[in-house]
Amino acid sequence: MFRSLWQYRHFVLSSIYNDLFAQFARSKLGGLWVIINPLSQVLIYALILSNILAAKLPGIDNKYAYAIYLMAGLLSWNLFSEIIGRCLNLFIEQANIMKKMSFPRITLPTIVVGSCMLNNLLLFISMLGIFALLGHQFTLVMFWLIPLTLIVVTLSLGIGLILGVMNVFVRDIGQAFSVILQVWFWFTPIVYPLTIIPESYRHLMQLNPMYSLVDAYHQILVYNQAPEIQSIAIISVIACVLALVGLFLFRRASAEMVDVL
Amino acid sequence: MSLLSVNNVSKAFRSYSSEWKRFARWFGLPLKPREELWVLRHINFEIHAGEAIGIIGQNGAGKSTLLKMITGTLQPTEGEIKINGRIAAILELGMGFNPELTGRQNVFHAAGLMGFSREEIQQAMPDIEAFAEIGDYFDQPVRIYSSGMQMRVAFAVATAYRPEILIVDEALSVGDTYFQHKSFSRIREFQEKGTTLLIVSHDRSAIQSLCNRAILLEKGTVIKDGNPEEIFDFYSALIAEKENSTVEVTKLEDGKTQTSSGTGEAKIEEIVLYNSKGETAEVVGVGEKVELQFVIHVNEDIKSLVLGCGIKDRLGEMMFGTNTFNTRQIINQPKDGDIFIFKVSFFANLGVGSYSIHASLVEEQSHIEKNFQWLDRALVFSVVNFDKYEFVGSQWNEMNFTFEKK
Repeated sequence: MFRSLWQYRHFVLSSIYNDLFAQFARSKLGGLWVIINPLSQVLIYALILSNILAAKLPGIDNKYAYAIYLMAGLLSWNLFSEIIGRCLNLFIEQANIMKKMSFPRITLPTIVVGSCMLNNLLLFISMLGIFALLGHQFTLVMFWLIPLTLIVVTLSLGIGLILGVMNVFVRDIGQAFSVILQVWFWFTPIVYPLTIIPESYRHLMQLNPMYSLVDAYHQILVYNQAPEIQSIAIISVIACVLALVGLFLFRRASAEMVDVL
Repeated sequence: MSLLSVNNVSKAFRSYSSEWKRFARWFGLPLKPREELWVLRHINFEIHAGEAIGIIGQNGAGKSTLLKMITGTLQPTEGEIKINGRIAAILELGMGFNPELTGRQNVFHAAGLMGFSREEIQQAMPDIEAFAEIGDYFDQPVRIYSSGMQMRVAFAVATAYRPEILIVDEALSVGDTYFQHKSFSRIREFQEKGTTLLIVSHDRSAIQSLCNRAILLEKGTVIKDGNPEEIFDFYSALIAEKENSTVEVTKLEDGKTQTSSGTGEAKIEEIVLYNSKGETAEVVGVGEKVELQFVIHVNEDIKSLVLGCGIKDRLGEMMFGTNTFNTRQIINQPKDGDIFIFKVSFFANLGVGSYSIHASLVEEQSHIEKNFQWLDRALVFSVVNFDKYEFVGSQWNEMNFTFEKK
């Protein structure tokens, strides 16, 4: 599998480039749109919710703290939901090419991961720019984002592959999961701090695998602190298991997928 | 060693009462599918280097499924396919082209999908560009291409590298006539260099001119494998075959075969060829006036009777043919026991060589509606040049040269 991936590296790279290029083609602002979308989201939440929530954001005295908090959460959530969202319909969208050409199927999710990571990187760089404007400096702690990004990718790829493969056979999954993803977003402390949840329910948040990741992003980007190793370790194990299940399912299903597409 | 061997391959499309059972099967649970639809059953054949094979069959016979399994996009349910060498397929041309990218970028992408590295693609790029012949458009976005231009680029990429096996699926009619010739000669060039061809087509002349072997698929099984001419005759007979009719193949003395089929309400009992002197003949001269005589017995009351007759060359290519529907000489309401004698006269304006008579008895315009009898190679005769000047080609047409010196 990895050997064929290496053999097709050129195809993977040019596909990632094409993905990026296709987003810009024939638009005046081009690449800016990759950044404008999530940032306008930040702006909307910041304008509407900051008055209600900003006061409750503990332990930081920057008046733009809430905006930074939002951006940190969205940075990880966008990567997570973009990979899952694209994996969900990946095989259905690529049905034609899968039916007609023989090439290593593993290249398809690889392209998704590559182009989502690239988008995420662009988003991160622009966020750094805004952070600088808001008087929030770049720190060495931010290097923690590299392993964290990899964990988010592994987790979302695992979930995405499992659901994407199943979605080929049961199309309801794709529909259902886009709803679930929205609910999930609101059940993760991204636009609100954990503290607004009543103490007695807070432990339920531990069941949400995205919680510890988003929390780690917050620790790093908002509080300039290294994330909590223990919860990160647990989530990495979960992510790896899910990714392995996803890969296993993907390999088992590869042959049958083309039959029903 | 064979280039491609297909061993006892079968393909079933499974459906389950619940898709969850399918998922459970991947994890090793021994669940039975509710229904298995076998589209191919026990296919066996071997292909050796340099062969050119036509795969023919009616729609739904399983041709595309077989090709997809050979290409590797579908996995066989049973049996195995062994391939020694690279396969390229000219299936849906131009698929996966991104309309916003230029022709050149799309070529990069498509060749990457075929598994080539950047350097290999860069090396082949000038050839691809030259072969496609679309000039400056090559560096314009594909969305402004005409469909013919897209086809040209797609064909140029698909055939940029000589594969060991080339699969061509109904795609020989690419673009305009000029490009068709060009793509045809590229395929021939590959063939000469040793590429094995695997062609799916309903175009008899394309298959007969390119292939030296044909495989006939019917209802998911290989029913015949052999010389293209013979297979095509059998195939035409098969199409003509309707309820309770039979297909009969007889070996002729010269080793070739004669295919006869039909429902038998009327039958050709005798066919004789007379030369210009009124003698029965097996050899006639170029341009000689000859006459064919058919004796036809009607075995049942039928609505109408049409005799079709044609001359085919040794490759099975129809030289000329028509029927009494076209000449408006339909026999209406023939009765059981009627005997008709048809005389067909024509000039043997044919090139030197061996020809055969094809005859059919049908009810209407063609053999698709009702076919009483369909007879290939009903009679074989040779044309020799007695009294004309030497010429080449498959037909005689007197050319008169005049010239003057200025």
